[in-house]
Amino acid sequence: MRSRLKRLILAVPFVVAGLAPAQAEVVRIATEGAYAPYNFKDSSGKLVGFEIDLAAELCKRAALTCEVQEQAWDGIVPGLLANKFDAIMAAMNITDKREAVIAFSRPYVKTPIRFVTTKTGVGAAHTASLPAITLEEVDPAEAAEIKGLAKLLSGKTIGVQASTSHEWFVKEYMKDSTIKSYDTMDNMILDLVAGRIDVGYTSTTFLAPIHKKTPGLVEFGPPMTGGLLGRGVAVGTRKESTELREKFSTAIGAMIADGSLSALATKWFGFDISAK
Amino acid sequence: MGGLDHLGFILDTVFHLSAGIPRTLVLAAVSLAIGFVLAVGVAVALLASNPAARKLAAGYVYVFRSSPLLVQIFLIYYGSGQFRGALEVLGLWHFFREAWFCAILALTLNTGAYTSVLIAGGLRSVPWGQIEAAQAVGMSRYRVFASIAFPQALRHALPAYSNEVVLMIKATALASTITLLEITGLAKQLSAETYRPFEVFAAAGIIYIALNGVVAGGFGLVERALQRR
Amino acid sequence: MRMELGVLAWGDGGWGDELARGAMVTIAIASAAYLVGSVLGVLLAAMKLSGSVALRWLATAYTTTLRGMPEMLVIYIVFFGGGALATWIAANILGIRGHVDLPSFAVGVVCIALSVAAYACEVIRGAVLAVPRGQIEAAQAVGMTSLQRNRLVVAPQAFRLALPGMTNVWQFTVKDTALVSIIGVTEVMRSASIGSNATKQPFTFYLAALVIFIVIAYLSQRLFTRLQKSADRGVRWGA
Repeated sequence: MRSRLKRLILAVPFVVAGLAPAQAEVVRIATEGAYAPYNFKDSSGKLVGFEIDLAAELCKRAALTCEVQEQAWDGIVPGLLANKFDAIMAAMNITDKREAVIAFSRPYVKTPIRFVTTKTGVGAAHTASLPAITLEEVDPAEAAEIKGLAKLLSGKTIGVQASTSHEWFVKEYMKDSTIKSYDTMDNMILDLVAGRIDVGYTSTTFLAPIHKKTPGLVEFGPPMTGGLLGRGVAVGTRKESTELREKFSTAIGAMIADGSLSALATKWFGFDISAK
Repeated sequence: MGGLDHLGFILDTVFHLSAGIPRTLVLAAVSLAIGFVLAVGVAVALLASNPAARKLAAGYVYVFRSSPLLVQIFLIYYGSGQFRGALEVLGLWHFFREAWFCAILALTLNTGAYTSVLIAGGLRSVPWGQIEAAQAVGMSRYRVFASIAFPQALRHALPAYSNEVVLMIKATALASTITLLEITGLAKQLSAETYRPFEVFAAAGIIYIALNGVVAGGFGLVERALQRR
Repeated sequence: MRMELGVLAWGDGGWGDELARGAMVTIAIASAAYLVGSVLGVLLAAMKLSGSVALRWLATAYTTTLRGMPEMLVIYIVFFGGGALATWIAANILGIRGHVDLPSFAVGVVCIALSVAAYACEVIRGAVLAVPRGQIEAAQAVGMTSLQRNRLVVAPQAFRLALPGMTNVWQFTVKDTALVSIIGVTEVMRSASIGSNATKQPFTFYLAALVIFIVIAYLSQRLFTRLQKSADRGVRWGA
């Protein structure tokens, strides 16, 4: 029993250290780390990406000490609510569903969502009748295009990342298709290439670097934003963190005004998708 | 009162998640059935006189018992995608393409390894005197196995096998990581929609405990029935 | 598609060192969870063997619950609920305002330890019950107090008898650590996942992960066999 007692005593400091309250000044920002070029890991395992650079710049402008940490996408909102961190910068769109539980700063990027398929796959030959669709105000032409896509994909399998606005969209509008949800977008692309799903539905910004690494992918259909898909990517915070949110929004506004946000976006995405 | 609202939500969720019970049970049942047949073969090989057969069987058992089921599932599902070309040539891609096939394959290989050890242990426990007597009476090797050794081996392994069935039902939860919507997969979806993960997963837990309770109870009845004979 | 082993190289060009680091994390989590879980398991076994019906019932409720649920669910529940619980405890009991930081490593350890405790409890309870009745009676006859009896007679023998079962519990613990990858802890499984996504070679990486686990299992088995041999010193066969 003696060695067991010793082990029990040794475990206590372990637990106490884990419970030590963090410094109030450090703002902990959570990101996914698996969604290039927003946030991903380089081959040395370090977190890099558009949002990591943006976080550093915003915090500098807002005079905050920030720490970026990794968090699996599934647990990112519950983690915020449970105080594991103070802000989310993980390519998260502002949506009504999310605003029921958390609050957002002003958007820093607007990313259209689009269908993607293989060169010989379903939809590769589809030519969209419209250049883009915003889901907030859908006119008859746009509604027809969406219906057309739903018909094209009826009976087919669509891949999305779980717990995303993309998933909500296809569940709402593509009711005759089979939907498969993946833990990461990367795994979804793996299965698209492997032929387990017919098409994928994800953001054009995620797809941009993928085209270089995985040739043979074709995007089709009009890029979509708004409505169910969200009103832009912004910093997520707990509802009561009003001051923190305002600091972020002010810094974002400053970056839009002096053009540095556009420059950063172009650097990482190849084209300017910054919010205006 | 907050507590009552939580309870109501949990009960509601249990109702919603029960839609996943059939898939959970089918995954478990099919894997257990095929895995059992596999296990019998492997158990015989483990006790065979041929050293090559013994080594092969032992190697298979060792690999699948020493590594996590999650790694085995990902290896089969995503790993097969890497060799799609080769699999298509062999005409096997049609199967590996399906998530349920990969899940059942992984679960079957897994339970096959564990169960083979149970059956081998059961076979070894049959008193040698009985085997000798059966052979002396002129029974063929097959009859000795089927009528004398195997039934007793099963009876010996029954308590441990009930444990294996419970473990299999729990193992099906891992199928949710490769897009299958059994109980845990549905729970993950629901928790993301309602943002009330604690209650949703607690509800899922209740369902599994209930299922396992039924299984354990069922096996208890079988054991008692066999003892009376 | 081929298998390029070059992606497993060490250093910046390859993912070999990430996998190795992941393996270290795996072993660290498993060790910590095993220790905590074993201690908790001893406590639970004591409760189950005690005279109090309430304690026995509580311990049985615990083991039934933890052994009846998939470990994956235990991890999700502790992960999602634990942070809120800790914050609540800190605020209302310890009087610490503000956020409480629970590193995911600790959360992972706790999750696994809870499951380990349930299995360890059964092993330890079985071992204690297997100590020959005659020795306990002899100890009572000689006039030992129950504390002396437990310390000098029951515990050392229960330890020896529990070792095979606890070896299995260790193997279970190591495999369970793969599941904490789902809450973002970068152990072997998650390292393999990251590598496979970056290089589009899932087979290569998950095979490497498989091999790493087999190696850990092999080395663990050798360690436990030596422990068993030293615990069995002086014990006659069959005792």
